[in-house]
Amino acid sequence: MTPVRVRRRPGSILWMALGVGVPLAFLAVFFALPVAGMLGRGLIADGPFIEVLLRPRTLRLIGLTLAQAAIASVVCVLVGLPIAHVLYRLRFRGRGVMRALVIVPFVLPTVVVGVAFRTLLREGGILGFLGLDATFPAILLALVFFNIAVVVRTVGGTWEGMDRRQEDAARVLGASPRRVFLTITVPRLAPSIVAAASIVFLFCSTAFGVVLVLGGTRFGTIETEIWLLTTQFLDLRAASVLSIAQLVVVTALLLVAARARGRSTAQRRVGAVLSARAPRRGDMLPILATAVTALLLALPIVALLLRSLQSSEGWGLHNYIALGTTGARNALAVTVWEALGNSLTIAILATVIAVFIGLLACLALSRTPRTARGRRALEFFDGALMLPLGVSAVTVGFGFLITLNQPPLDLRSSFILVPVAQALVALPLVVRTVLPVLRGIDPRLRESAAVLGSAPWRVLRDVDLAIAARPVLAASGLAFAVALGEFGATTFLSRPDRPTLPVVIYRLIGLPGGDNFGMAIAAAVVLAAVTVLVIALVERLRVGTIGAF
Amino acid sequence: MQKIIPVALAATLLLAGCASAPTPEGPPSKLVLVTHDSFNLSEGTLAQFTEQTGIEVEVQAAGDAGELVNKLVLTKGSPLGDVVFGIDNTFASRAVNEGVLEDYVSGDLTDAESQYLLPADQGGEQLTPIDNGDVCINVDHEWFASAGLEEPVTLDDLLKPEYKNLLVAPAANSSSPGLAFLLATIAAKGDGWQDYWQALVDNGVKIDAGWSDAYYVDFSGPSSEGDRPLVVSYASSPPFEVQEDGTVPTGALLDTCFRQTEYAGVIAGTKYPKEAGQLVDFLFSTVVQNDIPENMYVFPVNAAATLPEGWSDYAKIADDPFVVSPAEIDANREQWLTEWAAIATP
Repeated sequence: MTPVRVRRRPGSILWMALGVGVPLAFLAVFFALPVAGMLGRGLIADGPFIEVLLRPRTLRLIGLTLAQAAIASVVCVLVGLPIAHVLYRLRFRGRGVMRALVIVPFVLPTVVVGVAFRTLLREGGILGFLGLDATFPAILLALVFFNIAVVVRTVGGTWEGMDRRQEDAARVLGASPRRVFLTITVPRLAPSIVAAASIVFLFCSTAFGVVLVLGGTRFGTIETEIWLLTTQFLDLRAASVLSIAQLVVVTALLLVAARARGRSTAQRRVGAVLSARAPRRGDMLPILATAVTALLLALPIVALLLRSLQSSEGWGLHNYIALGTTGARNALAVTVWEALGNSLTIAILATVIAVFIGLLACLALSRTPRTARGRRALEFFDGALMLPLGVSAVTVGFGFLITLNQPPLDLRSSFILVPVAQALVALPLVVRTVLPVLRGIDPRLRESAAVLGSAPWRVLRDVDLAIAARPVLAASGLAFAVALGEFGATTFLSRPDRPTLPVVIYRLIGLPGGDNFGMAIAAAVVLAAVTVLVIALVERLRVGTIGAF
Repeated sequence: MQKIIPVALAATLLLAGCASAPTPEGPPSKLVLVTHDSFNLSEGTLAQFTEQTGIEVEVQAAGDAGELVNKLVLTKGSPLGDVVFGIDNTFASRAVNEGVLEDYVSGDLTDAESQYLLPADQGGEQLTPIDNGDVCINVDHEWFASAGLEEPVTLDDLLKPEYKNLLVAPAANSSSPGLAFLLATIAAKGDGWQDYWQALVDNGVKIDAGWSDAYYVDFSGPSSEGDRPLVVSYASSPPFEVQEDGTVPTGALLDTCFRQTEYAGVIAGTKYPKEAGQLVDFLFSTVVQNDIPENMYVFPVNAAATLPEGWSDYAKIADDPFVVSPAEIDANREQWLTEWAAIATP
């Protein structure tokens, strides 16, 4: 029997145009234009091009950047997978809280974590005997600490919705758990593992604060060098050369990732039922691994908590009480609580922008065009969405200043740039979390809905959006966390009368006097607590949506 | 055709609107003050400018002193604001050479403040001094007292074997006090500064990325966690460590200081040069100057300003700080920092 041929309706072309057009327009204005502006400035300037690239220092920095990002991504995947299994495949009491807690490191301000890590690692610190202060492994540890949540949440979201029957069948037929895991689970998870690893890679390759604080300035990256060249030396030529090197590296990575994702298309099928079950004896290994990692993740956080309870008055809540003030001797323009209010408002806006644009993009990306050229164009579009993660915040930030300065885009002093910049960072996370699930939807579901007379918007609502609801919520939580913790672009754009919480923390930690430091740590704890709360609430919502299936 | 007419009309109106913009009539309702991140004044201070002139002040922070100047340079064609505050003597030359400032210096300066003016061709006609602060080695008195060790006094003392592994400094290429300390050594040692730094490294100086890292993680002071009793910080840091019972646990070594002076100026291309000049004058007036120490941890330059209680007792300034001319800094910054990095962070 020949398959039913569904005539393409005009409606679906409209969706495609919206899905590709809106995100591309967004990226063109807020990413491509500023970056091109900066590169343009650098490249018209006189000076060496190849020479900059071949300097031993440049080559060493490119090598270091690649090495730290690659190693950190691999470690994140290896350590993150067992946690994703435990938190998303098993059902147990306290799971929701643990899922929310995992994200804490991801939102902590780098400068605070840097100080917390160094307090542990320095000579005479609790972990001083390891001799890790100002070493390459210290940077790696911190990068893994920050990014493990990306793997856990991205992979976990897919894993949770994955139909378990194939694995169960294999078990029944006598395959060992190991074999089931390696031959069924991993290949089916591959798209989201690759997605998570590439996000972590991009985050790590543009890491800035951590590398500086923990490497003791010895281990620069392309990112720290661009910062130095742009903000200190105003050597735009050399900065542009490095920005281009960064773009090439990132593009190469995205191509590799797209190929790796593409190979495993055949195996994806998403079930509509949650696959979590009660823990069994066979789960001991991942549970153990999760427990060990949880302890390691908790160490710097507990150190921070303890430090937040110490002030010049001794142990107690003085630092938290001080959050209602503007700090010792008027350190801040607003109280920490007001800054938290600003942060929440901006992060919600950023989340809405990122999810809206991300969803549109996902709807377009989840369709398979009939022509090879169409498929290639979509792949290109997919890569373009990821680029902002891999390009220096310094380049984009300075680019904003020199390109968004004339009507109708006279935005550089506008408040809206802050959430837009945060959304730019959150957008790839939304796409990578939601897309694997949408791609996994059996196209026959849509076709049958269409054959049965549903309008395209109805297909979209009742098939795509219904199935994607869970990952969309997961993505919103992640996007919100990114926006809340974002510092690099925010500090560049935020206005002094409306500082965000990370900006305020950074200011407090930059002033002498014991209680300012204590307040900074307490504020970081509050930032983490608020994030956990919001993520936990989103988890609750997720439980609510299951009934809608 | 029906659609085109309203569009054309709107475009004409827009163009008309643009064309009339460069010739404003009367004073503006608002001036934009571009500053570095550390800018801070008490609530109501800037409002006094509004009371005096009817003009509101909008503050735009633009990063540290270096970023601030670079942003002004990059946006020369369409300025970020009307007045800039926070250009320091290490970046003044770049701002002046790139032509981002109008010629204007507050006429309220007296002989008492002329010492802070920059040389004529290096910003003397464009930048009005507002505040200054010294970057000096801070010392943990209690640590030295309990170790029974004499405190160091000069830069040369830091090389003595008894002070091995006691100093921590923020990196010159990622921290502004770090750069100030490097400049102090360059002023003190001239061409011999590289040997001096090699000797510092051999004597165990620890280099951290930033000030907070050095001060809070490695320094041994009362609000810090570390075990090194010497740190590169500000001369204004010790007052913040004074305990409630009046003990003074830390101090600044006044023979190791580099002076940072911060300036304000009128940004080239402002539509309101006259009012911008008034704002510069206001920043130099005692209204702002009295408010500066408590909010920005630096000293006002205006001789008529009064210091807050306690400052005269605890906050000392160097009599004879090290000086490097802005032009020399600008010409050599990249080379110095590259050479410094090779020695200090191999």
